Amino acid sequence: MKILNIILAAFRALQRNKMRSFLTMLGIIIGVGAVITMLAIGQGAEYSVKQQIASLGTNVLIIFPGSQQQGGIRVGAGSMTTLTEEDAQAIRTDCPAVAYVSPGTFAGGQVIAGNLNWATLIQGVGVDYTQIRDWDVQYGSFFTDQDVKGATKVCVLGKTVADNLFPDSDPVGQNIRIRNVPFKVAGVLTKKGQNAMGQDQDDIILAPYTTVQRRLSHFPYLRQILVSATSSKSIETAQKQITDLLRMRHKIARYEGDDFTIRNQSDLANAATATSQILTILLASIASVSLLVGGIGIMNIMLVSVTERTREIGIRMSVGARGRDILTQFLIEALVLSLLGGIIGIILGAAGSKVISSFAKWPTFITAFSILLSFGFSILVGLFFGFYPARKAALLNPIDALRYE
Amino acid sequence: MNTINSSQIPAGKNNEPPVIKSGLQGEYSIHNNKLIEIEKLTRTYLLGEVEVHALRGVSIEVSKGEFVAIMGASGSGKSTFMNILGCLDKPTKGNYILDNIEVGKLTRDELALIRNKKIGFVFQGFNLLSRTTALENVELPLFYSTVSNKERKEKSVEALKKVGLEERIYHYPNQLSGGQQQRVAIARALVNNPSIVLADEPTGNLDSRTSVEVMEIFQKLNDQGITIILVTHEPDIASFAKRHIVFRDGRIKSDKINVNPRNASEVIKTIPSIDEEDEA
Ligand SMILES: Nc1ncnc2c1ncn2[C@@H]1O[C@H](COP(=O)(O)OP(=O)(O)O)[C@@H](O)[C@H]1O
Ligand SMILES: [Mg+2]
Repeated sequence: MKILNIILAAFRALQRNKMRSFLTMLGIIIGVGAVITMLAIGQGAEYSVKQQIASLGTNVLIIFPGSQQQGGIRVGAGSMTTLTEEDAQAIRTDCPAVAYVSPGTFAGGQVIAGNLNWATLIQGVGVDYTQIRDWDVQYGSFFTDQDVKGATKVCVLGKTVADNLFPDSDPVGQNIRIRNVPFKVAGVLTKKGQNAMGQDQDDIILAPYTTVQRRLSHFPYLRQILVSATSSKSIETAQKQITDLLRMRHKIARYEGDDFTIRNQSDLANAATATSQILTILLASIASVSLLVGGIGIMNIMLVSVTERTREIGIRMSVGARGRDILTQFLIEALVLSLLGGIIGIILGAAGSKVISSFAKWPTFITAFSILLSFGFSILVGLFFGFYPARKAALLNPIDALRYE
Repeated sequence: MNTINSSQIPAGKNNEPPVIKSGLQGEYSIHNNKLIEIEKLTRTYLLGEVEVHALRGVSIEVSKGEFVAIMGASGSGKSTFMNILGCLDKPTKGNYILDNIEVGKLTRDELALIRNKKIGFVFQGFNLLSRTTALENVELPLFYSTVSNKERKEKSVEALKKVGLEERIYHYPNQLSGGQQQRVAIARALVNNPSIVLADEPTGNLDSRTSVEVMEIFQKLNDQGITIILVTHEPDIASFAKRHIVFRDGRIKSDKINVNPRNASEVIKTIPSIDEEDEA
């Protein structure tokens, strides 16, 4: 029996029970649709995370106070008092692999401009910050080294803060009050947009870290030091140099652990990507369960079909159908069900991802990989769950099948 | 593994020895006019603990071109015998040689091939595929042989013509009368040019006139050289055959030549057609 004839016969057999065939396919449609959608969402998340990491700047290293040794988490990092301005200065002068250094601290607070107010995060940074994060001012200027040395009360506004405090006027040169301390606005940063977690990166105020320490947080140590290596190749060298330097400066004995933690960008990227990949796998696995259930549905219907059509099988055998002809016939019926379901599922899944994308403002990606995966999966499901019923049909004895009532 | 192909199946000419030695038969003689040779065939069914002896040692020879009627009481083993002849069932013991092929040694696939190429089976209950046209039913055996789509259709239409159903080829079984359905089944049995047509009570579900019409078809086929074995419990129907075999309790009770078989074409003329269903 030629394969094309078998396929045609399979379509006709399925057509005879349209409703049943559709319901059977529905399991596969939902399964494949869910897998496609979940993969699209997961891959969207991965993409966002990568974007966010990239938006940190290039070749960035972040040094936090406190060690990572105790149970793998930095203990009480916020109140750690191991990083100082002098450390930052030493890194700048003594580590050749380091290009830029920006000491960092922060404070939260209410900001008032005229009769408008806004609560935001005030980050204390050095002038290198713009280089490290590849983030410049759009209007006005950034504060200078002079401002940092003198702890001048100047600041630079993120776009969101500027828009909210100065809806109609140019903020540059104006005065604002942060926690009742008057600051002069030197400039406004370019827009950076949301990060992957939906946080607005432009809801920020940058000020000299010295000013934030003295006027706002009243905490004389650094919460972090932001460093960029001279090139992407020298990140590890820089990390090594900083570690050696800080251990020496902090007089840490050989057998003792670091009292600081260095994270580089690829650590962050790897951790975040790993997390989002786990998310993708998790979502897709949950979705595959429904594909599995769909497969069991196919098996169930094919078993019913074999029983119902036992006489047909007997008749076919009596005119010369071999076991493998019957096997092929039922296997192809199962495959047609699963493949058709798979194709519809892919289309619906793609449409579903687009809908989710536009409602949740979350990027989704339909990749060739996920389509091939779903397609391959549906073929496997059809073959796997169709095989048992088809084999059952093929092994029937002609006379028993003919006599079946 | 030996295989059969259609060239090895002798043409349906009467009393002509097979030209080509079958690849499946091995030691058996070539110059043999016997189509069927059966020796001490038994078939025992197991019903739980109980053994039912449906055939208790049947030996028989049938030559090419014969027209045999098998008779006997219900339960005497006729159907069991026919199913074994048709390679649908296997004997418990005994030898069965069909067209120089020792059937007992064949695999499932080879048996399927025999059913496809050498045997046409006609059942009492027609056994047509419902929701499938007459034409497609007749085409079915050709689906399982290597025939082009075009040839398949041509052969099937031709077979339907032989049984007088060329006007009904796109009808579904439920749109046909019993007699017409049985003629479709006969066309299906014929379509692959079998050496033998086996019919188990083919007229069992038909009225008397339709029965004779079916017998007329069988007689014509037999005249063309096709061997026919049919089961019937009606002496009237058996009277169209050339040889009568009677079964009793799984054994052959008698085996006689019917010296003067009736001619169905002539008998039909004497039966008034009560309903016009076949002419409709
Ligand atoms: N599948 C079967 N299982 C058990 N016993 C059977 C089966 N088929 C037939 N028989 C028994 O075998 C005997 C012969 O049956 P069968 O060949 O159908 O007789 P016939 O066709 O002459 O009426 C009967 O006693 C019947 O009950
Ligand atoms: Mg019977």
